[in-house]
Amino acid sequence: MSIFQELANRDQVFDFLAPVQSPVDVRHGPILYMEDVNVSFDGFKAINNLNLTVDDGELRCIIGPNGAGKTTMMDIITGKTRPDTGSVWFGSRHNLLTKNEPDIASLGIGRKFQKPTVFEALTVFENLELAMATDKRILPTLTAIMKPEYRDRIDEVLQTIGLQELRDRLAGILSHGQKQWLEIGMLLMQKPRLLLVDEPVAGMTEQEMERTAELLTSLAGKQSVVVVEHDMGFVRSIARKVTVLHQGSVLAEGTMDQVSNDPEVIKVYLGEEA
Amino acid sequence: MASSQNWLLRPFQERSTQLFLGVLFTALVVVTFLHLFMPQDSALHVSAYTVTLLGKYLCYALLAVAVDLVWGYLGILSLGHGAFFALGGYAMGMYLMRQIGDRGTYGDPVLPDFMVFLNWDSLPWYWQGFDMAWFAFIMVLLAPGLLALVFGFLAFRSRVTGVYLSIITQALTFALMLAFFRNEMGFGGNNGLTDFRDILGFNLRTDATRLGLFIATGIALAIGYVICRAIVASKLGRVSIACRDAEARTRFLGYRVERVQLFVFVVSAMLAGVAGALYVPQVGIINPSEFSPLFSIEIVVWVALGGRATLYGAVIGAILVNYAKTVFTGVMPDAWLFALGGLFVLVTVFLPKGIAGLLQKRHKTKPDDDTPTRQEATA
Ligand SMILES: Nc1ncnc2c1ncn2[C@@H]1O[C@H](COP(=O)(O)OP(=O)(O)OP(=O)(O)O)[C@@H](O)[C@H]1O
Ligand SMILES: [Mg+2]
Repeated sequence: MSIFQELANRDQVFDFLAPVQSPVDVRHGPILYMEDVNVSFDGFKAINNLNLTVDDGELRCIIGPNGAGKTTMMDIITGKTRPDTGSVWFGSRHNLLTKNEPDIASLGIGRKFQKPTVFEALTVFENLELAMATDKRILPTLTAIMKPEYRDRIDEVLQTIGLQELRDRLAGILSHGQKQWLEIGMLLMQKPRLLLVDEPVAGMTEQEMERTAELLTSLAGKQSVVVVEHDMGFVRSIARKVTVLHQGSVLAEGTMDQVSNDPEVIKVYLGEEA
Repeated sequence: MASSQNWLLRPFQERSTQLFLGVLFTALVVVTFLHLFMPQDSALHVSAYTVTLLGKYLCYALLAVAVDLVWGYLGILSLGHGAFFALGGYAMGMYLMRQIGDRGTYGDPVLPDFMVFLNWDSLPWYWQGFDMAWFAFIMVLLAPGLLALVFGFLAFRSRVTGVYLSIITQALTFALMLAFFRNEMGFGGNNGLTDFRDILGFNLRTDATRLGLFIATGIALAIGYVICRAIVASKLGRVSIACRDAEARTRFLGYRVERVQLFVFVVSAMLAGVAGALYVPQVGIINPSEFSPLFSIEIVVWVALGGRATLYGAVIGAILVNYAKTVFTGVMPDAWLFALGGLFVLVTVFLPKGIAGLLQKRHKTKPDDDTPTRQEATA
């Protein structure tokens, strides 16, 4: 009897009848959840009891002085660095501490590095091609063909990042700002649920910065974005919620106005610039 | 950009591959013609000795292509590829030994001479099956492939790369050399395997067999080259370049870098094994010196001279250096290593992209355009 029920349950027989369900379960809370995370390098505590949650669709800015642990935090989320203690969850289903970098990337976490890293010996187009969300296993990659819809998708992203002209040039010849854009384009190709963007506007002109701000704000809502940035003007222009990191833990959290009026924050961070 | 839907057919649409195959097949045909149809006393006659010498160069060329695949496109500087070459050679040598049958000095129908000499009374288990050509030829691929699989699995999983990887590949081939020197290993000790009679029923000492082996080697080189080109021109080839230049970034895109490395490494080792298997019947012997660390370093020098990450450069480098070696060791045998070292230094200083780099420069269509496209950089 139950066999018939199983057979009648079309959702399970035909994949395409099943409701589209994200592999990330955010029904019960945030998309990213870090609790009591600690990391030390040779006795130096780079991350110190860090607690951080990011809601689905949120655009979060993270600021903090040099060495505050911002990049290290991203290393932990993406599986590059393993924390000594603590837990890190992606949605309520995926424990990130049990996964390696490619697994985490396939789950839908994309990352832009602090130092722009693109593949310099490949063309701009090929850089985007490799980033595209497709089957990344060996044999499918070996036999992969460039389908027209892939080409369209890449051209669309090229448009967004304004590098159409440089499509077939080696990424190595790009300027610093263009490399930043290309890396953002690679992030877009991955179609991640959560984007971790480390210092996206370093080396960009005022204009380029504005376009980056537009792009990142337009992504929020559909995707969740975490931006680490030193440029206060830029943060102010995109920020809704800001987290201040200091010596490996959260010092303050709130709107830009709230944190910039926080006496603690002024003391350790904004004070330097004021 | 190649448009073929099938990854294996893609190379045939590339001009560089067409040119390479054209030159290679022309050379095969010309040598065959000059060997068969020119009278012995003609200046244009190619002797059987020369045919075999050329066959040997082609084996080295295939070996160099295999090294260039992992070094040029994946950034793994293997200083142990001689080991895969030698393993393929030993697999072939074992087949050839068993073909001798009772024609050996001791006339034992099964045991090779050196085993009789060691007073062994039966074949060791790992010599079983090598009397069958198909089995031996599978082992030519399997023995180096398996070694590469196990070695690569351990090394790449623990993310050993760069100089450290190069050093342990040297250690690997050195350890194998010591092992194969031991008589108890059952591979003929320092004499190796030799005195072969025939292959697939053809007498190895006849000119016709030698010519056949030369042509077979040329075809193997063509196939190996096309396989490598197909990998390089596929998306996996671009992922390899990505692993070479920015390993961490590639991981964060969702590629399993260690598996990419393992796949390409195993393919390369198998090609090296085929090169070794074709080498042994032509030179008539395989001994542990093929495992020598120095030989593996020499292969890398050929590739560097020819031009890394071009594949055809590896072929040019292997043939030129070995031709020079033949000439040089005839005149001044002791000075060869110094000449090779000197050549290497000169090329790395003045021709960092090797001979292939020189060729590319001459073929550049727009000399004033200093922003290369990918075609100029790698094709
Ligand atoms: N692999 C490592 N080994 C040792 N120390 C490290 C390592 N990675 C980071 N650190 C240290 O941890 C601290 C936090 O570094 P992190 O790069 O996370 O800072 P950050 O907030 O990103 O700074 P910046 O604004 O300069 O990018 C620094 O003091 C750094 O020197
Ligand atoms: Mg940082």
